[in-house]
Amino acid sequence: MPITTAYEAKIERISILDEKGNFDEKLGKGLIPDTDLVKLYEAMVSCRQLDQVAFRLQRSGRMGTYPQNMGQEATSLGASYVLRKDDWMVTCYRENCGLFWRGVPKEAILLHWMGDERGNAMPKPHWVTPIYVPLGTQMLHAAGLTMAARYKGEDKIACTFFGDGASSEGDFHEACNFASNLKIPVVFVCQNNFWAISTPSKINSAAPTFAQRGLSYGMPCLQCDGNDLFATVYTMKKSVEYTRSTGLPCFVEMVTYRLGDHTTADDASRYRDKAEVDAWKNRDPITRIRDYMTARKLWDDAKEAALLTKVEEENAAAVARAEGIDAPHRSDFFDSMYAETPQDLVVQRETMHTHSLGQDPSQLPPEAQERARQMAAEAAAAHANH
Amino acid sequence: MANLNLVQAINLALIQEMEKNPDIVLLGEDIGVNGGVFRVTEGLQKRFGEKRVFDTPLAESGIIGLSIGLAMGGLHPVPEIQFEGFLGPAYDQICSHAARMRSRTRGAFTVPMTIRIPVGGGIHAPELHSDSPEAIYAHTPGLKVVMPSSPYDAKGLLVAALRDPDPVLYFEPKRIYRAFREEVPEDEYTLPIGKARTVCEGTDLTIVSWGASVIQCMQAIEKSDKSIELIDLRTIYPFDMDAVAESVKKTGRCVVVHEAPLTCGFGSEIAARIMEKCFLELEAPVQRVAGFDTTMPYYKLELDYLPDANRVTRAIEDCLAY
Ligand SMILES: Cc1ncc(C[n+]2csc(CCOP(=O)(O)OP(=O)(O)O)c2C)c(N)n1
Ligand SMILES: [Mg+2]
Repeated sequence: MPITTAYEAKIERISILDEKGNFDEKLGKGLIPDTDLVKLYEAMVSCRQLDQVAFRLQRSGRMGTYPQNMGQEATSLGASYVLRKDDWMVTCYRENCGLFWRGVPKEAILLHWMGDERGNAMPKPHWVTPIYVPLGTQMLHAAGLTMAARYKGEDKIACTFFGDGASSEGDFHEACNFASNLKIPVVFVCQNNFWAISTPSKINSAAPTFAQRGLSYGMPCLQCDGNDLFATVYTMKKSVEYTRSTGLPCFVEMVTYRLGDHTTADDASRYRDKAEVDAWKNRDPITRIRDYMTARKLWDDAKEAALLTKVEEENAAAVARAEGIDAPHRSDFFDSMYAETPQDLVVQRETMHTHSLGQDPSQLPPEAQERARQMAAEAAAAHANH
Repeated sequence: MANLNLVQAINLALIQEMEKNPDIVLLGEDIGVNGGVFRVTEGLQKRFGEKRVFDTPLAESGIIGLSIGLAMGGLHPVPEIQFEGFLGPAYDQICSHAARMRSRTRGAFTVPMTIRIPVGGGIHAPELHSDSPEAIYAHTPGLKVVMPSSPYDAKGLLVAALRDPDPVLYFEPKRIYRAFREEVPEDEYTLPIGKARTVCEGTDLTIVSWGASVIQCMQAIEKSDKSIELIDLRTIYPFDMDAVAESVKKTGRCVVVHEAPLTCGFGSEIAARIMEKCFLELEAPVQRVAGFDTTMPYYKLELDYLPDANRVTRAIEDCLAY
């Protein structure tokens, strides 16, 4: 028998507005109405400004470790723009721009990185999940959320985001396999920003693209220029249409670049060349759209100046809301553990300032009981004054 | 002698053992060029080459599973898990394989490997970067669990782990990575796994602790006018019950302190063993100071969760009131 071809594939790459300003009329014309384009641009500028504010907050001790989104605004924004507002968006931590487009309050994201769980209490109508810290885990939840929606007769889909690095985790592969085999409509979006902290993406995949990860699960796969908002919108339109109409998953790789350090705890100059970063600065998703809009007389310096003033004010207000929230009470972390707090936890909460743990107060000698009563009264008074 | 912090002491131990033992290899996320996110493996890839110090794909199950194979194949791998919160994906490989390989093959295959893991809270880190899961692994037969509380101990215990024929989880308390320095001999020494250290001697009460909590205990002892003995367990499993029992028989009172949650924390085991070994000498019930039975809160509240010197002091007073 001759040798035949068992399988052959090609991955299409979508680019519409390149970094030199070349615009593909055939793909791009009418894709994003001008009024929308201006709003999308404003959203990217606002997100970038907040990113810089957050960086300074961290440096001045007002925020914990923060992962900058700088350079990746067009990826999640393109998806968020295309998705229906009631589709699930199940993200990681570099998708601020898309989340804000949906209406997620900026202070929610700020509070998370300010070490406050209240930032995770995402308002339900936004159909988004809170920031995920353990990498590669959220894609399975996206599949489950969508399956539940279908079970209840809703026709929503999910879009889930993850990095090049996270696509090495076992859970990621399980999510792809489950979604394909159980026919769950999820759009998997890999943000390939070339780095996972200091690990170059070639260590996380030896294949020429991340898009082809989807092939082995029988999914249609596309790659696009993730710094080109037109390309991310176009690619998401095709992908979302496919997934919504077939009920099947598909896979998108958005090629982008992390312009900042991994987080404020990282120093990327230890492991990557300035020349590489500089080259990517020339491919910035924001300047690209601004140049395009300027050339088309949709934008000018006066508008830019007015926008900057506006976003500075808006973002300062978001910071003020995040910082202005009441300090959590010292014992807050007990109260949200279970729907009904177990009695043992209640005792731990009530005695956290007065006793060793696990010691039944009634078993203490009288002298210690008296001291504990005093301390409990003081703690209660402090709570009342709080 | 050099004046080193915990990070430098571990780095030195790795260098010296790697020079002696060509079968030691280091692997993990960002441990090569970047030297690890805490810089513990700083300079090691340059020094020993990419064959012996290499970055892996981002997958903890992969890191440990590969290491188990490396160990079964005759090497001594030293995988790093970037933070204790990411042990999750590796749990299956650690507990279903590394821990059981020797016994299920009756010694035909063994897994000599040292898993390095930054552990614990107190550094204002994000979620899942501040937990204390040591008891989970102490509860898994077949594993050894070590947690140093000082640079000197860190070096001696790590060298012992790197020469151990069985899998060792070597937890590094992040809170004291750079908190202080002490004299650490350049010369070779080991501190045996399974042996505790008496940090200070006393006759009124015994405190048993490990990891970063040892520092909080020392602060409480300094403030107290009582004669308190502090035992740093150093190894959570196999633990040095002889040292604990000897001390508690002398003092008749014991407080156990750890960051991990109370219920099924390793303090539970210590308390039960004291009941078994020292019942006739006990003057008071064993008191525990631990994390609460809640999720480790985000950093705004982490200092209210973690045991501090004040809580240790209260437990000392309670214990002495009997
Ligand atoms: C399971 C798990 N392992 C390790 C980490 C630590 N960590 C946080 S971000 C990161 C790199 C992520 O790279 P990638 O997925 O490409 O996303 P990017 O940060 O580039 O957006 C690592 C190793 C983690 N958060 N979760
Ligand atoms: Mg990445």
